Amino acid sequence: MADTSAVSHGHGTGTGLSNNKLLMWVFLGSECLLFGGLISTYLIYRSRFADGPAPGDIFDIPFTSVSSFVLLMSSLTMVLALSALQRGDIRNNRVWLLTTAMLGSLFIGGQVYEFTTFMREGLGYSTSPFSSAFFTLTGFHGVHVSLGIVMLMSLLVSSLRGTLTKERSETVEIVGLYWHFVDVVWIFIFTVIYLVPSPTT
Amino acid sequence: MSTVIEAPAGEHEGEHDDHPTDRKYVEVAIVLGIVTALEVATYFVEMPGAVLIPMLMLMMVFKFFYVAAWFMHLRFDSPMFTKFFVTGLVLATIVYATMLTVFEFWHKG
Repeated sequence: MADTSAVSHGHGTGTGLSNNKLLMWVFLGSECLLFGGLISTYLIYRSRFADGPAPGDIFDIPFTSVSSFVLLMSSLTMVLALSALQRGDIRNNRVWLLTTAMLGSLFIGGQVYEFTTFMREGLGYSTSPFSSAFFTLTGFHGVHVSLGIVMLMSLLVSSLRGTLTKERSETVEIVGLYWHFVDVVWIFIFTVIYLVPSPTT
Repeated sequence: MSTVIEAPAGEHEGEHDDHPTDRKYVEVAIVLGIVTALEVATYFVEMPGAVLIPMLMLMMVFKFFYVAAWFMHLRFDSPMFTKFFVTGLVLATIVYATMLTVFEFWHKG
């Protein structure tokens, strides 16, 4: 028998599982509800574009396809970063962490470009119920990606300081879970919002 | 006082260490890339909605669970993690399917 106070500092836990990892999975489960709400709201309002542009008129599918592919590949580089650290390969861990952050930044750059183009074409945040729902959904996702990039850069700084070692690979795994979740949410958004035929004027 | 299961540093009971190789991860990414290309291809091909939408949904669900299984390690980790995630997912699906029904989304589109 051991005291539970040891759990938070040691490696033993009541469930036999890492509490930090379990917490991240519970958080991701709750995030399903957040994004579910935003996606449903978009679906309800996508036909209400008033006098503004309709979704089918302004979405640039080839462009968004490229950004989707970039985000998908960032999941590969993230898992390679974790794999490298679990092997004790610090150099490759840093390379893959930086690559993931750069791919994430490229995705965000694409989103900024897309938003700017839409604004120029007359689709502002308050133009119509459709535009509000669209910018809120994709904006929330963009904020999640941006937070992920901050976490990746923190890991990189930690690695450069020599504190991110093989023994602490679970930290990278937890950030990785968050990053992959952001990717799977985009898989959903890309299909439901962009690829399923949208109303036109 | 309670029972605590001790595990070696960086490893916990129920979490397995037999994660895939880098080569396997690359193979998974190639499959995901191919499915994405197929999804995008549907945009350039004229297809009735009754065929297109179920096809897109199938590919989306495949990609979603493929990433969760391989990159998020649900295939190898404790089933407890899967349960927590799936609970959120199922709850969200039920809540928002109900919401869309209330707003007559299925009829109006």
